[in-house]
Amino acid sequence: MARMKTTSGNAALWPMKPAHALLWQGVVVACALTVLIWFGHNAASHLARRSMELDFSFLWRPAGFAMPFQITTFKPTDSYAMALVAAFSNTLLVSALGVVTATILGLALGVMRLSNSWLMRNASGALVELVRNTPQLLQIVFWYVGVLQLLPQARQSLSLGGLFHLNIRGLFVPYPLAGDWTTILALLLALSLVLVPLLRRFLPMRRRGTRWLWLVPAVLLVVLVESLSGWSVPALKGFNFAGGMVMPPELVALWAGLSLYSAAFIAEIVRGSVEGVAKGQREAAYSLGLRPWPTLRLVVLPQALRVMIPQMTNQYLNLIKSSSLGAAIAYPEIVQIFAGTVLNQSGRAIEVMVILMGVFLSVNLLASAGLARLNARFALKER
Amino acid sequence: MSSTDAAPVAAAVPREPSPQLVSATAIIRRWVQTNLFGSMRAGLVTLLTVALLVVLVPPLFRWLVTDAVFHGQSRAVCGAGACWAFVTDRIDMFLYGRYPAPERWRVKLAGLVLATFVIAAAWPRNPRQPLCILLLVTLCPLIASTLLLGGVFGLPFVPTDQWGGLSLNILLTYATIVIALPLGIILALGRRSSLPAISWLCTGFIELLRGVPLLAVLFMAMVMLPMFLPEGTGFDRLLRAIVGLSLFVAAYLAEIVRAGVQGIDKGQYEASASLGLSYWNAHRLIVLPQAFRLTVPGIVNTVIDLFKDTTLVSIIGLFDLLGIIGQALKDPNWLGLGREGYVFAAIVFFICCYAMSLYSRSIERRIAQARH
Repeated sequence: MARMKTTSGNAALWPMKPAHALLWQGVVVACALTVLIWFGHNAASHLARRSMELDFSFLWRPAGFAMPFQITTFKPTDSYAMALVAAFSNTLLVSALGVVTATILGLALGVMRLSNSWLMRNASGALVELVRNTPQLLQIVFWYVGVLQLLPQARQSLSLGGLFHLNIRGLFVPYPLAGDWTTILALLLALSLVLVPLLRRFLPMRRRGTRWLWLVPAVLLVVLVESLSGWSVPALKGFNFAGGMVMPPELVALWAGLSLYSAAFIAEIVRGSVEGVAKGQREAAYSLGLRPWPTLRLVVLPQALRVMIPQMTNQYLNLIKSSSLGAAIAYPEIVQIFAGTVLNQSGRAIEVMVILMGVFLSVNLLASAGLARLNARFALKER
Repeated sequence: MSSTDAAPVAAAVPREPSPQLVSATAIIRRWVQTNLFGSMRAGLVTLLTVALLVVLVPPLFRWLVTDAVFHGQSRAVCGAGACWAFVTDRIDMFLYGRYPAPERWRVKLAGLVLATFVIAAAWPRNPRQPLCILLLVTLCPLIASTLLLGGVFGLPFVPTDQWGGLSLNILLTYATIVIALPLGIILALGRRSSLPAISWLCTGFIELLRGVPLLAVLFMAMVMLPMFLPEGTGFDRLLRAIVGLSLFVAAYLAEIVRAGVQGIDKGQYEASASLGLSYWNAHRLIVLPQAFRLTVPGIVNTVIDLFKDTTLVSIIGLFDLLGIIGQALKDPNWLGLGREGYVFAAIVFFICCYAMSLYSRSIERRIAQARH
C-alpha cells in the first residue's frame, strides 16, 4: 500500500501543460476509436453480405441439439437461452467440484512439502514440480484418453465401499432422493444462509451475542437430511449400473485435471506463505513455551493466511477459466457448447462471442468481488 | 531453504552433544538422524513415504523402461510395458508435423539459430546482453521466418498449415513473446499514466483479457478477426492464433512489468527528473532497465505458462505436439496408445519447462544477492 503511494507521484515530476495532456489523450482516444470504427465497419459489411444483422433474438429459437451431460433438464426443443443456462451450470458444476478437491489436495500437498522428513518433502516436491511443469490441457487429455478410456467394463469396475463405482462409462455415485418436504426445506436452508449473515450484521447487538443464529441453518440441514426419502445407490444390473447418479468420463477427467493442476499451485502457495512467516515469530512462540501445534495455529497460520488468500483467489479464478479446457474432451461446458455447437449451428459469431465474454467477465467480477471481501477480513489492520 | 525450516522443531528434540564428525558413516548417520528421523513423527512420515514409494515406483519403472518396447512398425510388437515404438516410429511427425521431409533441415537450422540467440541473450555474464536481446527480437525472427516460410533464395515455399509438432509450440511461444513484450510494456506504462483517458483504456484492455479464458480469446481470434478485417483479406490461421495468444499474454506481461516499475524507488524518478531527463528518457535510461531486471523471473514464468498454453491451439485445429499426437492415435496401426503418446509429450514439456524454471530461480537468487 505504501509503495503505491510513493510511485504514483510521477505527474508532479514531469508536469504536463493541460493543453498537451488533452492533446495526447485526444490522439490516443481518436486512434482507438478509429480502429474500433474500422472493425465495426468491416464487420457490418461482412454481415450485410450475408444479409444478417446483429441480433440476439436467435436465443429464443429452439436449439435442436441434445447435451450429452447436464444437471438441468435441457431438451433439444428448448431455446438457445436454455442451452446457455444448461452449459453454464455444467461449467459451474465442474468448477465447484474442482475448487473443493483442489483445495483439499493442495493443502495436503502443501503440508507434505513442509514436512520435517526430508524424504516426504522431496517426494511431494517432485510430484508438485511434475504437475506444474506440464501443460494442463495435456493432463486433462491424459486423464481422459490415457486413464478413463482404458478403464474396465461395468462388471469389473473399481468400487469403493459398494457406494462408488468407476468404470469406462464413468463414476457412479449415490444420489439423494427427494421426500415431500425436501424442496421447501432446501429453499429455507438457502434463505437462512443468506439471511443469517445479514441479520448478524444489522441487528443492534454485539456480533458475539448473535452467534447462536448459525444454529438455524444447522438445524435446517439436519431436518433436510432427515426429510430425504432415501438414497439411490448404484447397483450392477446386467451389463450396467442402475440407480445413483453417473458422472460421465469427460466430467471425471476434467475434474481430475483441474484439481490436480490447481492443487500443485496451491501447495506451492501454502508452502511459500508458511515459510514466509518470519522465523523470529516461530522462535518467539517457542520461547514463550507454546507447543508446535498451538504455535502453528495461533502464530504461524494467521500470518500465513494473510499472504495466502489473495493468491488462492487467483488460483480459483484460474480454475474457473480453465474449465473451458473441457472443450478438448467434449465436456459440454459453456465454451464447447457456445463457441462450438451454437456457433456452427446459428453462424452468429459476434453475438456468441459477446455472450461468452460477458459470462466470463461477470463471473470473474463477482468472484473477485466476493473474494476481495474475504481478503479484507484477513488483511492486516494497521492502526 | 526448506531444510533450515525444519530446524526449530528438530531443535526441540534432545540430541546427543555435538558428536565428533570423523568418518563418512558418521556424517551420513547424522544426516539421516536429523533429516529423516528428526522426531518421532518425522520418522513415521519417512517410513510411510518409503512404503508408498516402494509400492508405486517399481511398477512405474517396469512400465516405463524394463518391460517397454522401443522399436517396431505396428502395435503388434507391444507387450506389457509402454510401447515406445509408437513414439520412435512417429518421432519426426511429433517434432516437425507435416513439414515436408526434404525441407526439415530448415526447421532444424531455424531452431539452432533461435537457440544460439536465446542462450546469448539469457547468459547473465554476457557483456553485450542488451544487444543480444535486441537481436533476439529483431534479426532472429527475420532469419527464422525466412527459413521456415521459404519462397526466397531458392527455398521452396512451405505454407503454414504444414507446420506442426513440437516445433510449432516453440515457434508460437517465440512469436508471441516477440509481439507481446513490447505491447505489454506499452500497456503497463499506459496504465500507470497520469492521463485518465490513456490509463482507463489500458486498464480496460488488460482487465478484459485477464478476465476471460485463453481458449475464448483463441476462438475469438479465429472467428472474429476475419470479420473485423476488410473482405477478401485472407488471414492465415497460424497468424490468427499468434494474434490471439499475443493479446492475451500482453495483458499478463503488462501486470508483471507494472509490478516491476512500481518496485523502483521513488528516488530514482526524482533523481532523473532533477537531472533534467524527460519522461521518456527517464523511463528508457533509468526506470525500465532496472524494472526489467526485477521482472525477468516474472517474464520467464510467463514464458513457461505460455509454452504450456500453446497446446490449446490443438483445440482450434492447429497440429501442435498435442494435436499431432491426437491425430497419430487415430492410425489403425497404433490404436489405443494414448498413454504412451501423452507421457512422451509430458516428458518433453517437463524438461523444457523445468529447465526454464531453474533459470528463473537462478535469476531470482542473483537479484536477491545484488540487493544485499
